[in-house]
Amino acid sequence: MFEQYLNIFITTVFIENIALSLFLGMCTFIAISKKIDAAFGLGVAVIVVCLITVPLNNLIYNYILREDALSWAGLEGTNLEFVELISYIGVIAASVQILEMFLDKYVPALYNALGQFLPLITVNCAILGASLFMVEKDLMFGESVVYGFGAGFGWALAIVVLAGIREKLKYSDIPEGLKGLGTTFIIVGLMSFGFMSFGGISL
Amino acid sequence: MKGLRNYFNNIKPNFINDGKYNKWFPLFDALENLFFSYGKKTKNPIHVRDAVDIQKVMVTVWLATFPAMFFGMYNLGSHSLEYLDSINQQNTGDWHHYFVSIVGYDSNSFFSKLWFGACYFLPIYFVVFSVGIAWEALFAIVRKHEINEGAFVSTVLFALSCPPDIPLWQAAMGISFGLVIGKEIFGGTGKNFLNPALTGRAFLYFAYPAQISGDKVWIAGISDYNIIPEGYTGATALGMAAENGLPGITNSFTWMDAFLGNIPGSVGETSIIAILIGLIILLATKVASYRIILGTFVGMILMSSLLNLVGSDSNPMFYIPWYWHAVIGSFAFGLVFMATEPVSGSGTNTGRWIYGMVIGVTVILIRVINPAFPEGMMLAILFANLLAPVIDHMVVMTNIKKRKALFNE
Repeated sequence: MFEQYLNIFITTVFIENIALSLFLGMCTFIAISKKIDAAFGLGVAVIVVCLITVPLNNLIYNYILREDALSWAGLEGTNLEFVELISYIGVIAASVQILEMFLDKYVPALYNALGQFLPLITVNCAILGASLFMVEKDLMFGESVVYGFGAGFGWALAIVVLAGIREKLKYSDIPEGLKGLGTTFIIVGLMSFGFMSFGGISL
Repeated sequence: MKGLRNYFNNIKPNFINDGKYNKWFPLFDALENLFFSYGKKTKNPIHVRDAVDIQKVMVTVWLATFPAMFFGMYNLGSHSLEYLDSINQQNTGDWHHYFVSIVGYDSNSFFSKLWFGACYFLPIYFVVFSVGIAWEALFAIVRKHEINEGAFVSTVLFALSCPPDIPLWQAAMGISFGLVIGKEIFGGTGKNFLNPALTGRAFLYFAYPAQISGDKVWIAGISDYNIIPEGYTGATALGMAAENGLPGITNSFTWMDAFLGNIPGSVGETSIIAILIGLIILLATKVASYRIILGTFVGMILMSSLLNLVGSDSNPMFYIPWYWHAVIGSFAFGLVFMATEPVSGSGTNTGRWIYGMVIGVTVILIRVINPAFPEGMMLAILFANLLAPVIDHMVVMTNIKKRKALFNE
């Protein structure tokens, strides 16, 4: 049991890193990676949101949307998979809103630290991607908790590392035409080289 | 020497300010610096005076690779001639034959072994060096910075890590990628975040895995003839270990063989003793940081001992002890010449320990539990290069916090 969870976690963080091998969530990944502190805040927000939405969507998929999923309510032969996408997005948007209100009221320090990042990641495709991959991998509820955490953690790790490199490269002498986005894309490409070292690990 | 100085002084006005050839100043500058030490005086109020400039640092590293390079050529010749003997061939099977046949295929003579290795290594090095310097010069002219001796080091390290039968165009492409994408687009030496030689090597590794990895590439001739005689193997020690574990290695070599370098492998990596000579030079001149070296060793020993204890039924690599991990593959070569590179590594002293440990742990993880890559040193160092800025940031932040606490008390 534990071994299986560890396996899922390592796979999602290193081997199938959401940012560096699946290239999801690129817009925020590149926009908010100028400073390590901001990147860290966003990373934590993504971890929290992934950790909440992936298991929630797992429940929704397994008990409402899936073929014959509604048999617990006495309804046979249903298949609601065609509303999959919109329900996941709805769940993500709603849970982020609720989380935001909750943090504002009870943990203002964290709310201020996360600031604008929380509403921003509602539309982050890394979050939706994590939910969709969860469905594709056919994970159980327990596994989906680990998967959600792993996906968020991998993305957070990648963005913090990227921010570190970009802060270091502030002192570089980059050609005019490549400044900003240009080099950032190249850096992300080179970073996936480093993460390739884990590709092929089978636990 | 005086005549040369006068000659340089005579032509110098053509290259500076509004001279005819002012575009080519970096080339002139590099040539002048080759013969005379750097003449520039510090103008701004920075008063650090030191005879060791970047040119001297880079040339030290370059010279430190020479023992490994010469031993590697001899070793390549010795293994390859033995192989050619065993299949009764007096021909390498490709264009190298024209050069090798000048001295001959005598597998007992020291000189013909060295010559054989040189016939394979020097063309690679020549191509890599000229392509690398050409890129460096091109960027220096267009971007108006100096030609830097950093390219000397990157090219020699890249060439030393290539297998002997690599097609020369691939070598040229690899070093181009490493120098241009890995370094020059960030502004040249000192401004990159990945080791350029390793970036180029990793690029080749992922783009052309057949020519740069596997059991057949490390001895010249095997890939041309494709005959493997009974009981013969061209596999590296790590390749054997991945198949059969520790008995697989000890059947063919003793630990002393691996330490002295009498095993197949890339030109630079085989002999630990030649690399140790380089390490002593680097440590004595304080070019390499002993913290990174020790940190990597600690990480490697901890991780391999942990895996020894955990054990595995299906994977014999789990049982390789640390003193074998240290002498096989490119662990020593990568550690001494690539991990210690000051630009892409950590800059803080505490950070260097952590950076080293990351390399040590990652290399063992890749070697042992990743069946896709038998050797992990290259990728482990690249991975640690990525983490280095964050490690430094955390070390600096912790220091700031500590100081603040001290101040507030």
